[in-house]
Amino acid sequence: MTPNLLLAAIMLINFMLVASSRVSKCIQLAALQGGLLAMVLLLMHDHWPFHVLLMAFSTAAIKGVVIPAMLNRAQDRMKPQREPEPYVGYTLTLVMAAAGTGMAFILARRLPLQPGNLGTLFVPASIMALFTGFLLLTTRKRALLQVVGYLVLENGVYLFSLLLVKQMPLLVETGVLLDLVVGIFVMGIVINHIQTAFDSQDTHRLAHLKD
Amino acid sequence: MIRNLVQPALVLLAQMALTLALAPLLPGIVNKVKALFAGRVGPPVFQLYFDLAKLLRKGAVFSRTTTGVFLAGPAAAVAVPFTAALLIPMGAATAPVSFAGDAVVLAYLFGVARFFVVLSALDTGSAFEGMGAAREVTFAVLAEPALFMGLATLARLAGSPSLAPMLTAAGQGWRAAGGPLALVLTAWVIVFLVENCRIPFDDPNTHLELTMIHEAMVLDHSGPPLAAVLYGASLKLWVLGALVVKLCLPLRGTWWIDWPAFLGGMVLLAAGVGVLESIMARLRMRRVSQALIAAVVSGTFGFLLLLLA
Repeated sequence: MTPNLLLAAIMLINFMLVASSRVSKCIQLAALQGGLLAMVLLLMHDHWPFHVLLMAFSTAAIKGVVIPAMLNRAQDRMKPQREPEPYVGYTLTLVMAAAGTGMAFILARRLPLQPGNLGTLFVPASIMALFTGFLLLTTRKRALLQVVGYLVLENGVYLFSLLLVKQMPLLVETGVLLDLVVGIFVMGIVINHIQTAFDSQDTHRLAHLKD
Repeated sequence: MIRNLVQPALVLLAQMALTLALAPLLPGIVNKVKALFAGRVGPPVFQLYFDLAKLLRKGAVFSRTTTGVFLAGPAAAVAVPFTAALLIPMGAATAPVSFAGDAVVLAYLFGVARFFVVLSALDTGSAFEGMGAAREVTFAVLAEPALFMGLATLARLAGSPSLAPMLTAAGQGWRAAGGPLALVLTAWVIVFLVENCRIPFDDPNTHLELTMIHEAMVLDHSGPPLAAVLYGASLKLWVLGALVVKLCLPLRGTWWIDWPAFLGGMVLLAAGVGVLESIMARLRMRRVSQALIAAVVSGTFGFLLLLLA
């Protein structure tokens, strides 16, 4: 079985992430994407040696459960308030994501890849995830959505590194995952500080800071 | 020789008769399902037939500001979906009319219908109908690329620019290209709902000024012209529904399986629309264009997936 359909689903989740305005839905979608990444890893192998199983499990646990739970907790602690409008509207970001997808497909054709990876969606999917993560990071004002964007960007990197999973030692992968957890953790603390300082998590307000 | 001529003629007549006779049934089914969902008895399934008969017996009232253009709308509303029905293969039959590029003709036939309906709405000089026309055109502009991306995907899948082989290839391609086809189906269902003013986008039953799109354009029609508009709407529902159903149904090649499957699919589609209308609220005006962009993106993505795979 090829992981192409799963990769297509991952790309579709990117579109949904860009189009939806609700933070809780975005977190759910990002969690689903993390879970699908673990399944892609499993589908790439015919038989599962211990280190692959371990990596798939830790991916699913960290990207699918731990980080979304952290984000959800942060979300719950926010006071209910009007959501700030993003810098770029939802419809326009969706169009940009579609254009980015087209670019990702073109780019994937140009890259010098191993022949086995040419027909798969790995490269376009990872470039697209990078691009959507970047879009979310730059166009959204809510700090939590930016963290989700970071998560999606990281998913793209992870997807790209899956191509090298046979060569890459387990240690590097776990290092990346650990890095991610620490990154999100730090961001959580930063958001918490933004929240207490400004009574809002609209990062736009950071633009006019005074000492 | 004779057989070669007679058989297509019979198929043509059967398909046309079926389209003309059964189209008003679909809105009836939708309304019945909605009523049952809400715990009401609801109007009979054949209500639209009764309405049409009643309207045809009445005289028409024309505003003094209207000109001859006013009648072009109802005429086009009936003629165009009927012409479009000639291009779409239904049931076991292949399309009565088929040539290279007829998919483009199909898309622009609906453009022609929209043009005349909008024109006749503008002809009344009513600001209200002008607003409805503006909305209709705005959303049509977004619905068209979604339809076209789906057509492009199917054309690539079938290797043919003609609608009949495209839809056949789609029906049989679900095993090989399920992902792209599912995306095209999503896009087309959204187009189907928008074009027929069904609920997440427009509500054909209420006449609320703030949100109505299509109904705002036909407020000045009465009597037989109104019957033409209503009948045309049901024909359009049938034709676009046939497009969606054919996308999902493979052709088995035996008419006693294909025809019931097709008709069952149409009934199922109408019932599905009824359920959808019962469980969903209407989208905000701003959200409509966003959903349409999503349909375009879905179609584009399907096309890209097919190109790569």
